[in-house]
Amino acid sequence: MAEATMRIFRGEGETGKHVDYVVPLVPGMVVLDAVHSVQAHQAPDLAVRWNCKAGKCGSCSAEVNGRPRLMCKTRMDDLPLDQPVTISPLKTFPLIKDLATDVSWNYRVNKKIPPFQPRPGVEWKMYQRDVDRVQEFRKCIECFLCQDVCHVLRDHGKKDDFGGPRFFVRTASLEMHPLDGADRVPLLKKTLGIGFCNITKCCTEVCPEEIHITDNAIIPLKERVVDEFYDPLAKLWRKIRGAKTA
Amino acid sequence: MAQTATPTPNSIASMPEMRRPRTERHDAWWLENWPFVIVFSIFAVYATWRAVWPHEATLYWSDPYLSPFYSPLIDPQHHWLPRLISPAILILWGPLGFRMTCYYYRKAYYRGYFADPAACAVSEKGHKRYCGETSFPFILQNVHRYFFYVAVFFLVVLWYDAIRAFFFPNGVGLGVGTVIMLVNVVLLTGYTFGCHAWRHLTGGGLDCFSCTASAQARHKLWQGVTRLNEHHMFWAWVSMISVGLTDLYIRLLAAGMLKDIRLL
Amino acid sequence: MTPKYESHEYDVLIIGAGGAGLRAAIEALAHGARVAVVCKSLLGKAHTVMAEGGLAAAMGNVDKADDWKTHFRDTMRGGKLLNNWRMAQLHAQEAPDRARELEQWGALFDRTDSGDIMQRAFGGHTYKRLCHVGDRTGLEMIRTLQDRGVQMGFDVFMECTITRLLKDGDRVAGAFGYWRESGRFVIFRAKAIVISTGGIGKCWKITSNSWECTGDGMALAYRAGAELLDMEFVQFHPTGMVWPPGVQGILVTEAVRGEGGILRNKDGERFMQKYDPKRMELSTRDVVARSIYTEVREGRGSPHGGAFLDISHKPAEYVKRKLPSMYHQFKELADVDITKGPMEVGPTCHYVMGGIRVEAETGQSSIAGLFAAGEAAAGLHGANRLGGNSLSDLLVFGRRAGLAAAEHAKKTTAPAVDQGQIDEAERELLAPFERPEGDSPYQIHHDLQETMQTLVGIFRNEDDLKKALAELEGLKERAKRMRVEGSRLFNPGWHLSQDVRNMLIVSEACTHAALARKESRGAHSRLDFPKTEEEWGRKNHVIVDRSGEMTLFEVPRPEIPDELKQLLAEEAVAAK
Repeated sequence: MAEATMRIFRGEGETGKHVDYVVPLVPGMVVLDAVHSVQAHQAPDLAVRWNCKAGKCGSCSAEVNGRPRLMCKTRMDDLPLDQPVTISPLKTFPLIKDLATDVSWNYRVNKKIPPFQPRPGVEWKMYQRDVDRVQEFRKCIECFLCQDVCHVLRDHGKKDDFGGPRFFVRTASLEMHPLDGADRVPLLKKTLGIGFCNITKCCTEVCPEEIHITDNAIIPLKERVVDEFYDPLAKLWRKIRGAKTA
Repeated sequence: MAQTATPTPNSIASMPEMRRPRTERHDAWWLENWPFVIVFSIFAVYATWRAVWPHEATLYWSDPYLSPFYSPLIDPQHHWLPRLISPAILILWGPLGFRMTCYYYRKAYYRGYFADPAACAVSEKGHKRYCGETSFPFILQNVHRYFFYVAVFFLVVLWYDAIRAFFFPNGVGLGVGTVIMLVNVVLLTGYTFGCHAWRHLTGGGLDCFSCTASAQARHKLWQGVTRLNEHHMFWAWVSMISVGLTDLYIRLLAAGMLKDIRLL
Repeated sequence: MTPKYESHEYDVLIIGAGGAGLRAAIEALAHGARVAVVCKSLLGKAHTVMAEGGLAAAMGNVDKADDWKTHFRDTMRGGKLLNNWRMAQLHAQEAPDRARELEQWGALFDRTDSGDIMQRAFGGHTYKRLCHVGDRTGLEMIRTLQDRGVQMGFDVFMECTITRLLKDGDRVAGAFGYWRESGRFVIFRAKAIVISTGGIGKCWKITSNSWECTGDGMALAYRAGAELLDMEFVQFHPTGMVWPPGVQGILVTEAVRGEGGILRNKDGERFMQKYDPKRMELSTRDVVARSIYTEVREGRGSPHGGAFLDISHKPAEYVKRKLPSMYHQFKELADVDITKGPMEVGPTCHYVMGGIRVEAETGQSSIAGLFAAGEAAAGLHGANRLGGNSLSDLLVFGRRAGLAAAEHAKKTTAPAVDQGQIDEAERELLAPFERPEGDSPYQIHHDLQETMQTLVGIFRNEDDLKKALAELEGLKERAKRMRVEGSRLFNPGWHLSQDVRNMLIVSEACTHAALARKESRGAHSRLDFPKTEEEWGRKNHVIVDRSGEMTLFEVPRPEIPDELKQLLAEEAVAAK
């Protein structure tokens, strides 16, 4: 029977190393199956998060051969199996144990974003063309792979000043909601630090839901920040229009 | 404490301090940036040479073709323009500024020239203070839309030039140069109007597309721009290469090193 | 309270953070209760995210003729009249408001041309009734509820497992659990508890359910003395993936059929013509699952033992827009382009209609202060659930349970917690570490799944069920000697050992009830009793712990009032 070597990170807190496990291959096997096989037969205490195993919940995020991936959507036969398959926990977040990391920072950032606030007296009618754009953002399954790969968080450690791609997507879904009345643009500039993003697009590359994070969420939001903070003509225009409607 | 009943962790204490390598990627990630770095560097060197070399400043025109580097033509005889400054310098800042603040080029040169990051999930060596686009000079990227306005001005001029390229000294016709200029301006148009800032201005800044009649019209426009924008990288590449080759072709004609072929 | 444990005090404790739990939490908060939500996974990962097709609510946005009466009728008929009529009525009446409410909290459903919520056809529903967002409706729902709850201010205890309910005399007093991450113990004191822990699908080998669906809430309630109802009714979804083996059981949404997908056997025959010529592919799930199973058993199955489900006659763009995750799922996991060719599908364990027996209006169980909602509760769906009724169930009865729990908390004094119960819970939790040898929980779980899959599957008979009970006895013995390696720090083996105990309880309950029901009805098909008997339609099975013995007895099904009977009869005429 064909086999593969899984080189899985084992450790807790600040210590750890990669350990090799050999697993039998099954047709259509994904990396998560291989990890489960290790768990069931060789390392019962191997910590790994997963839920649906169908790419819908975003729990089994890890770095497979150095690339942030969902393990349930990474097929073994797409990997070079003549060498060990390296599986490591997300690098951007503190390690709990083995493949599980502490992602609670994300939940704290989320709390800073004001929720949906319908404009006063709205009529609850929306058309498909108005929701198309936002529905793309709402596909997000919160796997946090974009947060993991983003170099602003991963290498520069800007967790206090920067919200990360996931929360630009979330803010975009609220800002572009056709019936929402809140203004989150100052928040984007100050609290979420959108200026730290240098649009190098790794978030878009890793997104398992194929959300165009950079082109459809971050850049349009950057342009909204320009409207409010950097474009004198836009400011003037708003004043004139404001005077007209007032 | 109840926790004292806990079995001790197995052999974790004996594990080494965790040290992750710069990257665990197995693929040839360092190759990703080379195409951009090479082509863009060639273009930059070529454009600089064309703009600053005094002799080059005479090779911009071969009737009825005007090089895009020199259009609109400003004081080529140097009546008031100092000898050291080529008319191309008065032109090139516009398109250059447009491209340097372009969202696609930003990605490409931050990665290719600044290695920030060199590739996804590859750590940056040497932790310098990182400010992204929050402080000088990169905070200037926010003026991209103004460079878009400038680029549109130049685009109008280049369309004029392309139409002008049908009118030969001996009447209306079509040369290889005409075709080249026409293709070039089409590619530049595709690049310019796929701009992210333009996409925002047409409709991206709206929250509701169906709320007013004007918003509905802007939505249509936005959809069109979005289609171009999805391939912004493609347009950025082909238009950069085409503008360089168009200039080169006209330069070679002007220097007498090549003869234009009349097709009609 | 002893200081050696981390301890918290709340008015309402909600166990499970899926749709029902979150909706209950929101309602309890809105009524001024202090609320804690405890969940085994991270917030927002509960099994509700996997719901694909939609939320059934008779809003009449697409088919104007739809109303609650028709929805009620469809639900009762789908459940083979074994449903709790009052639950079915409340559900049908309140679902449209619950859907609108979601929209007002920021959910974005697909739209009709006139700007309303779009609705699609689904099996067993007379009209186009399912509000949806492509094929990711559950995700939209859970994200909306999660954000709403977080902003309203509930406390969330993520990756925390409750292993035992604590009681103060006859009422609930709180719960004992541990943090999965650190293995540390935690005690919650609460005046009311809502159980919304979902289903039991992980007891079967081929299942669409995630690891969390291990019947925790039902087992907790059962062990605390509550009654379980209708446990024999387990729904096998007709369409799960069958190939490759790595993905076996993953759900293929009913929306594929709702959007026009056609089922064929290996001879190309549209076999639903034989089994339900009127409703064809959009027949109820029990019928379609049995039909596919029968085709396979009689040698007309697809190469990997399923049926072909084909949507490729629809334009490729339409398929990608309406069924995006199905498109990607098959493309990435099975190398099949569903816009070009058929999928191979077969039944997969999906849902349990049975669960904790509750009052229709409040969701209160037989224990004071203990409430249940969603899949963990029983009654609404009877013998078979219609697609789309689950998401609306979560909202309607999640809200009702949350409301009732908050009201209950207002009326009661703080309960006392008994140290003896805590000590016992602690001992039980740590015991697997202390055994020098024994089976691993993985092995026991594997064997349990084999037993349930082969002996308590779609078609059942007395011999199999008796054999299953005997095997379950053996597994229970092995589970008592279960051994866990490693530390308490994020140890999945240890976590599984807790789940296994719960799965054994619900599996046994299911098997007992299946053996006792000597007829075929809805999702329960007995080869030895293939007919649906009117007599059996008037009684439900209740399972309860009587001094350590699992005891089963019959209770009369609540009598349907005459005007609703009239409603059901009318339809029967109209249907012919």
